[in-house]
Amino acid sequence: MDNPERTTDRLARFLGVASAGLGVPMLWKTDEVAEAAGVDDSRMAPAVIQAVGTRELVHAALLLLGPSRSVWTRVVGDAGDLAVLTRALQNRTGARRSRTQAATLAVLGITAFDLYVATRTLRRQHGKGRPGPLELHASATVNRSPQESYAYWRDFENLPSFMLHLRSVTQDGNGRSRWEANAPIRRKVKWDAEITGDEPGRRISWKSLPGADIDNSGTVHFAPAPDGEGTEVRVHLHYDVPGGRVGRMVAKLWGEEPEQQVRDDLRRFKQVLETGDLVRSDALPQGTDARHQFLQRTAKPNKHHGGGHR
Amino acid sequence: MRALCWEAPTKVGVHEVPDPKILSSRDAIVRVTSTAICGSDLHLYDGYIPSVFPGDILGHEFMGEVVELGADVTNLAVGDRVVVPFPIACGACRACKRDMWSLCENSNPNAGQAEKVMGHSPCGIFGYSHMLGGYQGGQAEYVRVPFADVGPLKIEDDLTDDQVLFLSDILPTGYMGADLCGIEPGDVVAVWGAGPVGQFAVASAYLLGASKVIAIDRVPERLRMAEEKGGAQTLNYEETSVLEELREITAGRGPDHCIEAVGMEAHSDITPVEVYDKAKQLTKSQTERPQALREAILACANGGTVSIMGVYGGFADKFPIGSVMNRSLTIKTGQCHVHRYMRPLLERIRKGEIDPTYIISHHMSLDEAPRGYDLFKHKQDQCTKVVLQP
Repeated sequence: MDNPERTTDRLARFLGVASAGLGVPMLWKTDEVAEAAGVDDSRMAPAVIQAVGTRELVHAALLLLGPSRSVWTRVVGDAGDLAVLTRALQNRTGARRSRTQAATLAVLGITAFDLYVATRTLRRQHGKGRPGPLELHASATVNRSPQESYAYWRDFENLPSFMLHLRSVTQDGNGRSRWEANAPIRRKVKWDAEITGDEPGRRISWKSLPGADIDNSGTVHFAPAPDGEGTEVRVHLHYDVPGGRVGRMVAKLWGEEPEQQVRDDLRRFKQVLETGDLVRSDALPQGTDARHQFLQRTAKPNKHHGGGHR
Repeated sequence: MRALCWEAPTKVGVHEVPDPKILSSRDAIVRVTSTAICGSDLHLYDGYIPSVFPGDILGHEFMGEVVELGADVTNLAVGDRVVVPFPIACGACRACKRDMWSLCENSNPNAGQAEKVMGHSPCGIFGYSHMLGGYQGGQAEYVRVPFADVGPLKIEDDLTDDQVLFLSDILPTGYMGADLCGIEPGDVVAVWGAGPVGQFAVASAYLLGASKVIAIDRVPERLRMAEEKGGAQTLNYEETSVLEELREITAGRGPDHCIEAVGMEAHSDITPVEVYDKAKQLTKSQTERPQALREAILACANGGTVSIMGVYGGFADKFPIGSVMNRSLTIKTGQCHVHRYMRPLLERIRKGEIDPTYIISHHMSLDEAPRGYDLFKHKQDQCTKVVLQP
């Protein structure tokens, strides 16, 4: 299936190469470019063209090395170019004027294409709800036996202690469970799930039942580590994302870096099993949490957790 | 409480901050009686370690008295005197079980961040950047110590703070530098850097059987200390060519083992390579200035060991890998596994085999810490080690 994100990225990279293709002749064949654009009569033209050429190379660097939304810098540049060309048109007559008109048309075309790619990157930024499955995978080695690791996971009510996107899980004893996710304020995201596979010490699989807010399923495998000590835990989570509202819910649950979040979930699973608790520092008093990675407290005791020793 | 906070590169200040509190049942709160400024704190001070933020409390060499304990810490009691190892280790993961405490798999809650830079994460460390956990440091009146049932070493006899404080980091670090070399009787060992870790590496190399130890630095009082207290032959790299001298001393072989106790801010003469390193470091396109490490590699005898104890944070340029590969060198390194060494070293202190107090040049109150950083960084007033008493 064609991935719209990848297409946007490819278009942006293409524009990066094209920027370089425009910039290089402007810098090294300035006079020829001036002639083609019908501005070879202007004394300022070479300086302006070289400035634009330099800017094109900056676009190229940004687009080839940076994020694809750098296309917006091209759109801004295009606007500047059009302003300059409009000004040039006012002072031109005859063959020069035709050449300047042609150059303006060409820049208009480029602007339209830049704008198209730029809006695509915007759509992607706001469109986490795009349709398609969200598959997440992570693994960790836990220094406990497969039986112990399995048993802690198999009691689904333990899951929220290490899976940050869950608020609660309650079990009814018949292999069915009710899951509630940590959705943004005022929204409740919940689903019922049933166990679809259960091999003690080896594997647990579950799947949401019809009527779920988000259709999802998951499997966790437990295998003895090669040296016979500890357990290799591998988890796969699958979310059906039909797009729209549900897509946005899934995006909110899993944040910017879903893979990192699942890895952190397993890290917390390992912490709880090996050390008996989540590991907390002053910067992360709530424990490992990818979503707070870039908004950490300072590494000093904070008021809410502050005690008193004097 | 009062604590030393990082404010900006080369700017630290003592501020009033909230007291720490127990966050987990395996925590302890320690009232700090002595804490030291480490050479590696200078990398933080200068702003070369990524992810240190204004307000972060520094310090990872400290000891004190237990004032509060989590419910699950049963091996300590309130009032116990403890030295706290700088690596935070859970004692339960595979790394801890294999005696590799500074590789604890659980103690860094920011492991995901560290993985992005280093591939995998090392342990969390007190007061040593967010990437290594975001833990409050020990240059404060009180500090929260996680996994207090695993790390802190109880001091039960009348040894003074000055005698045991350095078990928290630099004594074991210097010792590990020598231990990793696998020294055999008759071996010649060269140590780059005659700061506190270098001094202890010199002493440890002799304890482990080296026949000759050579200390390399440029600060006269540090070289004198290595000679008088450690028994080392000394080389001042500003006055002589280290590579030529080492070749001469070992009749062409080179030292069997080279211990690098300098790290990412090595000083060297103004050479094109130094200018290149400094420019790349300032523009953040290289985190290290690894001149001492390069020299240690080139100096080392064929088939020898280069043991890196100086702290590095990221990426180094012009790394002489060809010399390492073609000459069968072994590189050994790591943040010190303090928990592995602190008990045997306490025993050696008790027996009088090592007296770590000779490196201390200054005692100060916590409030004077900013001046201590400045003196230590610029090696003024014959400063070799600053001990703070909050």
